[in-house]
Amino acid sequence: MTALTDPAAAPAILPLGLEGLVFAAGGKTLIKGITATLSAGSRSIVLGPNGAGKTLLLRLCHGLILPTGGRIVWKGAAGADPALRQAMVFQRPVMLRRSVAANVDYALRLRDLARADRQQRIEDVLTATGLRRFATQPARLLSVGEQQKLALARAWALRPDVLFLDEPTASLDPAATRAVEEIILRIDAGGTKIIMSTHDLAQARRLANEVLFLHRGRLCEQTPAPVFFTAPRTAEAGYFLEGKLFPQLRRINP
Amino acid sequence: MSDLADAFAAAAMLIWSLDQDLVGIVLLSLRVTLTAMAIAAVIGLPLGGALAVFRFPGRSAILITINALMGLPPVVVGLIVYLMLSRAGPLGALGLLFTPAAMILAQAVLITPIIAALSCQTISGLWEEYREQLQSFAARRGDALATLLWEGRIALLTALLAGFGRASAEVGAVMIVGGNIDHVTRVMTTTIALETSKGNLSLALGLGIILISLAMGVAGGTYALKLAAERQRSA
Repeated sequence: MTALTDPAAAPAILPLGLEGLVFAAGGKTLIKGITATLSAGSRSIVLGPNGAGKTLLLRLCHGLILPTGGRIVWKGAAGADPALRQAMVFQRPVMLRRSVAANVDYALRLRDLARADRQQRIEDVLTATGLRRFATQPARLLSVGEQQKLALARAWALRPDVLFLDEPTASLDPAATRAVEEIILRIDAGGTKIIMSTHDLAQARRLANEVLFLHRGRLCEQTPAPVFFTAPRTAEAGYFLEGKLFPQLRRINP
Repeated sequence: MSDLADAFAAAAMLIWSLDQDLVGIVLLSLRVTLTAMAIAAVIGLPLGGALAVFRFPGRSAILITINALMGLPPVVVGLIVYLMLSRAGPLGALGLLFTPAAMILAQAVLITPIIAALSCQTISGLWEEYREQLQSFAARRGDALATLLWEGRIALLTALLAGFGRASAEVGAVMIVGGNIDHVTRVMTTTIALETSKGNLSLALGLGIILISLAMGVAGGTYALKLAAERQRSA
């Protein structure tokens, strides 16, 4: 398992700086000027109700879409291509029509890794995620839970500095959710920065070191987890923690 | 009535006895159409895929053109290829007119738009599904295109079959550029046209039966591929 942790390669492209990030589409501003710094060594959970902009924020950070305003800065990149040092796991796993092992191999080949190295990494991540016995099976025949594990394995094999996870357990049952969370913690232990969105409070409590609370496209607060769950700094977060709807009359942005 | 029955009996006899003329015509037809399909595949599949994955100025114009060319009348294709290959034409020096090569060229021109349009449709659907994941892997567009062509292999085979079906059934293009020369450029469809007008119904009917069987085979193959593709998608 030591092969999966890569202490020599300290999270190089971090910290991630968001500077006045704005995203607008169809005449609506969906991300309204988010400024934050995300540093290595902690699990950052992006929390908020549906439609708060969590998925959009992750996609912007990962470079899948371009912001219409503001900047994304990988402060430690120093000439390296940040795109090659990050990975993302989506809410619904996207499996290629080939075997489980070949799915991992595909991602590794795009990074131009040598065959022996690829074989070793495939072996490591499939063993670590409990998918080794499925190695030669078509990936699309796996259950959704196992497909999500494979998506994690595939991302893990890339040994990214940062792993984005967009509600990775939203469509999974409790057992699969727990398995996925365990894998996330092990990827974190290997030195990969975890940035994950969820609307599940219990999951946020289990995984967060710090919480970025989003509400209607704004970053309300970025708070260490213990503080956030006991004494959130903003009214929006307070309502969310109590499971209440935010009152429409007290809407901040008209 | 008995004429028709006689013709059927004679046609069945020709097929059953593997009549040399008939076999020669069928083999030439298959050679021409399969080669044309291969050429159209080499051009049409990447072209269709590229139109699905890349965004560039003029893309819409190309898409509209390709879709319009799907319904290209074979005789018009024949005429254009004839003009290109005739002595005064730009490719006249090659001396290809009235050879199987000219027929291959004409059929390839006829079905390349079909294969390109159908594969563009297939790859567009896949691109929708895979886009963000491939972007996340930092795949270059060219890599993405190659990946999608492989991922869509089964659906793309049905596009090839559609092209094959169209090419094997057309008569106008090969008639004009091939000239329907006995033992040289005479294929199933042109033979049927000629032999019918001569009143030699048995050979025409025999070839007709084979053509229909071929079309049934293509339809059956397409159906089987569709099932396989659905199984793969839902799996």
